[in-house]
Amino acid sequence: MKKNISTFNELLSTCGQQNKRTYELFQEKEAFLLDIEIEKVRSKVKKSLDAMKEAIHIGLSSNEKSISKQCGDDCEKLQKRYKANEPLFGKLFKKITAYALATIEENLRMGKIVACPTAGSCAIVPSVLVAISEELNISEDEQINALITAGAIGSIVQNKVALAGAIAGCQAECGVAAAMSAGALVQILGGSEKQMVHAVALALKNILGLTCDPVAGLVEIPCVKRNVFLAIHSVTAAELALADIESKIPTDEVVDALCQTGQLMSPMLKESSQAGLAKTKTALKIEQRVLNNI
Amino acid sequence: MKQSSLFDIISPIMVGPSSSHTAGAVRLGLLSRNIYGLTPKKITFKLYNSYALTGRGHGTDKGLLAGVLGIPVDDTRIKNIFDLHEANEVNYQFEFLEDFNRHPNSVDFIFEGTQKMTVSGDSVGAGNVRITNINNFPVDLTGEYNSLVLIYKDRLGILSKVSGIIQTEGVNIAAMNCERIAKGEDASMCMSLDCALNYSIIEKIKRIDDIYLVRHVGKLES
Repeated sequence: MKKNISTFNELLSTCGQQNKRTYELFQEKEAFLLDIEIEKVRSKVKKSLDAMKEAIHIGLSSNEKSISKQCGDDCEKLQKRYKANEPLFGKLFKKITAYALATIEENLRMGKIVACPTAGSCAIVPSVLVAISEELNISEDEQINALITAGAIGSIVQNKVALAGAIAGCQAECGVAAAMSAGALVQILGGSEKQMVHAVALALKNILGLTCDPVAGLVEIPCVKRNVFLAIHSVTAAELALADIESKIPTDEVVDALCQTGQLMSPMLKESSQAGLAKTKTALKIEQRVLNNI
Repeated sequence: MKQSSLFDIISPIMVGPSSSHTAGAVRLGLLSRNIYGLTPKKITFKLYNSYALTGRGHGTDKGLLAGVLGIPVDDTRIKNIFDLHEANEVNYQFEFLEDFNRHPNSVDFIFEGTQKMTVSGDSVGAGNVRITNINNFPVDLTGEYNSLVLIYKDRLGILSKVSGIIQTEGVNIAAMNCERIAKGEDASMCMSLDCALNYSIIEKIKRIDDIYLVRHVGKLES
């Protein structure tokens, strides 16, 4: 029986004792859990990775609108701007933002994406992972290691809180996706396990309290743009952690804070579209228009 | 505590836009289809609460129909399913309802054809689903395992007969739950199994007296 790793503290101590990386522990655990070879686990992860790349590829060249007709052409707009103007933060920023929009817009037009951890937060991990891997020539094996690391982070958080906007708000969806992305990035850039765990804390600390108040109840406003913002947020967390900047509050305690914040958050702000952005004057007009059109 | 899998987090590969409202809907449809056992001639979908309010915008209606037709969560045909030949072979309709006693993302499948059957389920988050009722009997099916569902008359020895047959075939029972209306009345049972049962075992179980309904529900592949 493989030991269950249910906290980040346990993760760090197990990595230390066994002299292993997070992805090694988790691919072993998964192989045991599913009763398959480690290579089979990795090939399943590769399937998710390939689907992420395909979604980016297709999304970059589409401007088809969603069922509600509210969203779907932002990726095209952004790429048009980048053709005329180099982005202030350079090529990597350009790729991450474009890939994030490409993915999340594929999602809203009912294209094929990978829930990571959810469909509404599906663009954060892939945009960062794929953009960095292309720019830094990261091998496929290392990309798989990073994606397993991302999955490990999500699964540890999930031990304490369901990754659903209806349970704990957007902090548990896009917020956790950003934490996964930050940790995966530290793994790719050769950081330590300790740095990886701090990247998770830094990413989560700075989105605590993020509500889920989608306009007309759809995964569109504000979800589309939020994926782009939180992809960049995750890079900030990784850069700080790689500089050995530590979260003064340990990662497990940050997760506890997220969990408690989720419990205290009004149900009106948890995917029920009864408050916040969803009940603004303009949102109500959009809602009326959407309900009449579909 | 049940250990969570990496693939709860970095999958499924699915058509968007919502894990609970799209992928969850397809998975509920697939499970109901497995329970009903064939493609129905007629089906009515009753969508409740958030499924009713935001379902069309999330393609929940398309997802439910796709599942009932056996189309998996990552199939891009879901987007245009109403134009699909297979969909036109079935007489389907949707009703959008409110019932605050039900889960926010809840649905009834009312199958008609060679037999009538009602299956109810909830989409409980992140694409995970739960079938809660079959013909008004409480059940608990998630599609995570190959499962055996029975509806029978509560009496001494039924459970041991069924588990005995399963044991002789070398299949391990991972989990089991039973419900009954009252002692000696109708009851239901769901068994989660570590591998699939073959046809002959199911036939053997069907021959036990006082078992009215036997369904082997295959686990969901994605």
